[in-house]
Amino acid sequence: MQTSRSIVLLGPQRHQPIVREALAPLTEHSAPVAAITAGWEEREAEDLELGAHLSRPVENLQLFRRAEEVFQRDPELLRAVRAHHDDLRELQRFYRMRLRHSMPAASELLGTEGDGRLLDPEREAAFASLRALDEHHLGRVIELQQAFSAKWGLRDREHVARNREELGALLRGVGALCIAGGHVGVLFNRLWMFDVLALLPEQTPVVAWSAGAMALCERIVLFHDDPPEGQGGAELLGPGLGVCRGIVPLPHARQRLKLQDALRVQMLSRRCPDALCVALEAGDRVTWDGTAWHASASVQRLCVDGSLAALGGAA
Amino acid sequence: MLAIDQLRQPGAATHEAIEAFLRDHEFPIVEGRQVTFVFRGEASNVFLQHWIRALPQQQAFQRLPGTDLWFLTLQVPRNSRIEYKLGIEQGSAFGMHGHGQRVQLVRDALNPHQALDPFGANSVVHSEGYQVPDWTLPDPDARCGEVREHRLASRAFGDVRKVQVYLPARYRPSRRYGLLVVHDGEDFLRFAALQTVLDNLIHRLEIPPVVCALTTSPNRMVEYPNNEQHARFIVEDLLPVMEEQYSLVEDPGARGLVGSSFGAIASLSTAWRYPGVFGRLCLMSGSFLFTDIGDHEGGPAFDPVVEFMNAFRKAPGVPSRQLFLSCGVYEPMIYYNRSMVPLFQSTGMRVRFVEARDGHNWENWRDRLREGLSWLFPGPLWMVYE
Repeated sequence: MQTSRSIVLLGPQRHQPIVREALAPLTEHSAPVAAITAGWEEREAEDLELGAHLSRPVENLQLFRRAEEVFQRDPELLRAVRAHHDDLRELQRFYRMRLRHSMPAASELLGTEGDGRLLDPEREAAFASLRALDEHHLGRVIELQQAFSAKWGLRDREHVARNREELGALLRGVGALCIAGGHVGVLFNRLWMFDVLALLPEQTPVVAWSAGAMALCERIVLFHDDPPEGQGGAELLGPGLGVCRGIVPLPHARQRLKLQDALRVQMLSRRCPDALCVALEAGDRVTWDGTAWHASASVQRLCVDGSLAALGGAA
Repeated sequence: MLAIDQLRQPGAATHEAIEAFLRDHEFPIVEGRQVTFVFRGEASNVFLQHWIRALPQQQAFQRLPGTDLWFLTLQVPRNSRIEYKLGIEQGSAFGMHGHGQRVQLVRDALNPHQALDPFGANSVVHSEGYQVPDWTLPDPDARCGEVREHRLASRAFGDVRKVQVYLPARYRPSRRYGLLVVHDGEDFLRFAALQTVLDNLIHRLEIPPVVCALTTSPNRMVEYPNNEQHARFIVEDLLPVMEEQYSLVEDPGARGLVGSSFGAIASLSTAWRYPGVFGRLCLMSGSFLFTDIGDHEGGPAFDPVVEFMNAFRKAPGVPSRQLFLSCGVYEPMIYYNRSMVPLFQSTGMRVRFVEARDGHNWENWRDRLREGLSWLFPGPLWMVYE
């Protein structure tokens, strides 16, 4: 079920920040906001620029630091988390092995010419197979996460629970929650560990950008068309927090994807035909108002025919 | 028809036509695989001096009859980068370099593209398909690292050595970094745009932020080929100081040696003498001269190289865990580099070998940095979205 709170997803904020603008219609001008910058890892506390841009009180929730402290005080949990992450990495490696062989087949079929009557079903079957592989991987990751939570009672562990109490108190007093980008895996893990969104009052809006936007969605899609190593493309990291549904945010899309190459665009969009694959560049804004997605004029989505189209009004 | 052929038509090479030809083209003229070099001026002979293995290194120009315009058209494979000079002979018109001739090697005045090296500069031509990689050029979005200069007292050499240290943007002691020791580091900075490349690759998340120790030798021809003092300097003088002064991951997998030409020999022989200390090697155009029988043709400077390579081939051990190797197909070392690949692989090291249509020069090594460093030290490209 889609959330009823307002959510704004933004593109990268380094050069052209618009968080303040995005917050304006959502909260009182002087209301304090909470910030999560855990994706910046050890630079988490370096949020002066963000504070200056927002021109209002900012409470950094310091999820990265909190997690480090929890691990220090709960070495059993640390060992369990490390083992869990080793499993996830291994699973990702196996998934990549399968992708390495499945993606070229789909790509070659897209690039070849032939009688559509014969070719189109082959193409569709190749993508169905890719989608099935993605679903399989997603299912395996969820299985591991659920098993981990059940075994270790993550949220009930003393130090996690104490931090959750503190976080809950902080979140009750803010007008909005801002989630910055950075390392999407680190960010997601911290958000998941403390289950922060469950602590946020139901109507408090959320503004998230880049990796922050990715972490809020149903699944976290990693992507790059021109890495220095390997064939590039997209791969699933696993489930996101699932707050935003039906959307796959692609921050820095122009830099990371070959958007002029219809074949490459299709390679991504046909993997997620039921979702809006949205290029999020600096200055872009996509808003969930509780009932539908709205986008600023510049926002483009990747279509299954390989073209780009304005996302525009209600999407 | 090539552009130059229009001037070769009977009566076509008028003064005005030549002026227009020079004004309307960029030189050398690249037309598909044909590259036409042009020189205008008085001379008895003009030739192209290049350093491409397997081609006569001096290629004679033709004079356009009745004019002072000289030209040479060569077939050059796609994606090539060739450095050259023009040889201008004044004096006798008979033969090349005969008695009474003055030969001057000069850069191509019609070609603005130059490649710098420690000996000056060469003109450079890019054939169809080659582009200067954008990651070698300053990117205003990339945060700049910093280069500091240190003086290091070396017990191995008994003197004081200059070492420059590259620190990535936003370096902070609370985080731990990998270390690259770069031989001829100052030349890598000046001629291979190393600082720009590192800033860009880190900015693009293709490599993690790393610290680099950039070494310079006062006598590399002696100190680089399997010199015990040099290896000791790197491992026992430099490494402890770097680990003391900077926040480094103390693990072989986070340490690399980089070198080109003799610098590659220095890197390999250091790793060979101290196996397991450096887990990553980046060896570009290594001067891996060896012999199977008889003498070698490298001259006395290569004697210790050949001695080392022959010894290495007999007992390579496992000097490192991962090795990136590159070489230009136009340079004499290509045979030796290709020959070494299976031997390196047989040691159990992970080996990646890359060839380029280029020569034994700094821009070739600059252009290989991305694939070398990002393979040896992969960055968080897939995971970070700022």
